[in-house]
Amino acid sequence: MNLLAAIRVALVALRVNALRTALAMLGVIIGVSAVIVMVSVTEGAKAAVEEQIASFGANLLIIRPGSSAFGGRHGGAGTATFLNDEDVNAIATEIDGVLGASGEISGNTAIVVEGENWTTRVQGVHAAYFETRDWFPAEGRPFYPEEVNSGARVVVLGQTVVEELFGASDPIGQTVRLGSTPMEVIGVMSEKGQSSWGSDQDDVVLVPVTTARDRILGYQLGVRDPVFSVYAEVSPTANPDIVTADIEDLMRIRRDIQPGAEDDFNVRNLGEFIRARNETENQLGLLLAAAAAISLLVGGIGIMNIMLVSTTERTREIGLRLAVGAKRADIRNQFLIESVMLCFTGGLIGLAIGVGAAAYIDSLDEFPVQIQPTVALIAIGASAFVGVFFGFYPAHRASRLDPIEALRFE
Amino acid sequence: MAAPLIRCRDLTRVYRMGDNEVHALQGVSTDIAEGDYVAIMGPSGSGKSTFMNMIGALDRPTSGTLEIDGERLDNMKPDQLAAFRGRRVGFVFQQFNLLPRTSAVENAGLPLIYAGIEAAERKARAEARLKQVGLGERMDHQPSQLSGGQQQRVAIARALVNDPAILLADEPTGALDSQTSEEILDIFDQLNREGMTIILVTHEAEVAEHAKRQIVFRDGEIVEDRS
Repeated sequence: MNLLAAIRVALVALRVNALRTALAMLGVIIGVSAVIVMVSVTEGAKAAVEEQIASFGANLLIIRPGSSAFGGRHGGAGTATFLNDEDVNAIATEIDGVLGASGEISGNTAIVVEGENWTTRVQGVHAAYFETRDWFPAEGRPFYPEEVNSGARVVVLGQTVVEELFGASDPIGQTVRLGSTPMEVIGVMSEKGQSSWGSDQDDVVLVPVTTARDRILGYQLGVRDPVFSVYAEVSPTANPDIVTADIEDLMRIRRDIQPGAEDDFNVRNLGEFIRARNETENQLGLLLAAAAAISLLVGGIGIMNIMLVSTTERTREIGLRLAVGAKRADIRNQFLIESVMLCFTGGLIGLAIGVGAAAYIDSLDEFPVQIQPTVALIAIGASAFVGVFFGFYPAHRASRLDPIEALRFE
Repeated sequence: MAAPLIRCRDLTRVYRMGDNEVHALQGVSTDIAEGDYVAIMGPSGSGKSTFMNMIGALDRPTSGTLEIDGERLDNMKPDQLAAFRGRRVGFVFQQFNLLPRTSAVENAGLPLIYAGIEAAERKARAEARLKQVGLGERMDHQPSQLSGGQQQRVAIARALVNDPAILLADEPTGALDSQTSEEILDIFDQLNREGMTIILVTHEAEVAEHAKRQIVFRDGEIVEDRS
């Protein structure tokens, strides 16, 4: 018997019991759509995390003094001194796998232009900062190492600052005052959006670290050429854990920490930090996916149940088919095709419902959702698997019937 | 004389029912010639159904040899038996055994599906057989729209559609009134006149009278064989 004829026979059988067919399908429909929704939500969450990581720069290490995370308090006096330009230079040049490093020192300052003013965050950074953070001017240019060395009075503005001070007019080439220092605007950074902590990353101006220290911030920190933190870009081919350990070793030597004594600085891998922060979310997603898979399993058991009922009910039909020349494989294939078609149709309907539900959740803007073309493969694969797996036993049982017994079955 | 169409030698069939052994056939030997019309008779439990299942390739003997149309059936595997049935045997049952909610022409063409015949040819051959049994006007009717006699005609058309060597009928008139029974038996008579070998299981003497030869079973043996 050829496949086309077998499919026709299966179709007729499914149509004859339309209500039962629909009910049996329901389990698969619910299972497949649940799996699709869960996959879309989990993928969306994953993508959101990766986006956050990318917005920091994919392979970014942050080296800071003391144990406190952000500026604020430092360890006891004399133990947690600031890092400085020499540390930045040492990390950039002495560690294998570090592509570049930049220090950063920051503070809040008023920025003034022609009667408009705005208080923003000033970041004094090295020229490598742009490359290290993978963040560049959308217009104009960044500043160069020579300008950092000479303490040039140049500034690159963040998008928010431009909107507040200039509106629609072109800021490049204009002079702004940072505190009391007149600075030339040489560039405008591309838009970066909100950080994962909700602060506006575009409400910032970037100036050479030397200019920030000497002319704008005016901190007295008791260290020559201090920076608050150092950003180091790790080569994509290098192992970040090894690079982290190398930097730790280097800093212990530079800061003269005795063996056995604790570090008075820390090296953080920001990508790892964000991933760890989202670990709970991932586990919740896994749990939901497991629940969806279980509902698919229950759907499959429903299919098996229906197929067993169907083969028992049609025992005489099976006997007749055997009597007129059907081989065992013909009978087995007939019922296998029936269950696969049942599941496959259910899978397609489940796909439509699942994608619809995922799109609806996406439209709520509560969760990030990502609907990928692979969900179609999941739907088709899962339903075909359920059809074959749960259809095999009933089909096999039907094919082993004795034709005489089957014909006599009441 | 030409070789017989069916040749049975010392056929036995033993069923195991728990600890008991039931000897349904105890050494049956007979020949049936091509074109013959045989009625198999006997009380229930006499072995006539077992004999018929054997000849219809639905069952295999426990011992003995069975040859139909030059092929040995006693050592065939289940799938070989299935292929043989599909090719050489047409069945007519007491309860018709038509597929519900399936048209007469599809029912009649069912064996051709398993013989690997294409849809168009299946339809043409099924239609020809339905016309032959006088159902040319009701090709698209479903079993529930047909009378008992009409349903049995569909079943006969189905039995003939593969051009079998033997037509096996198990109490074909058992579910029909006497008037309709006669019509069905007339069809058998006509088919036999055209050369079809027919073997008919019945317990009714009037039905058996239609056959040219009557074989009577009792306790798993042939006790009477008259022509």
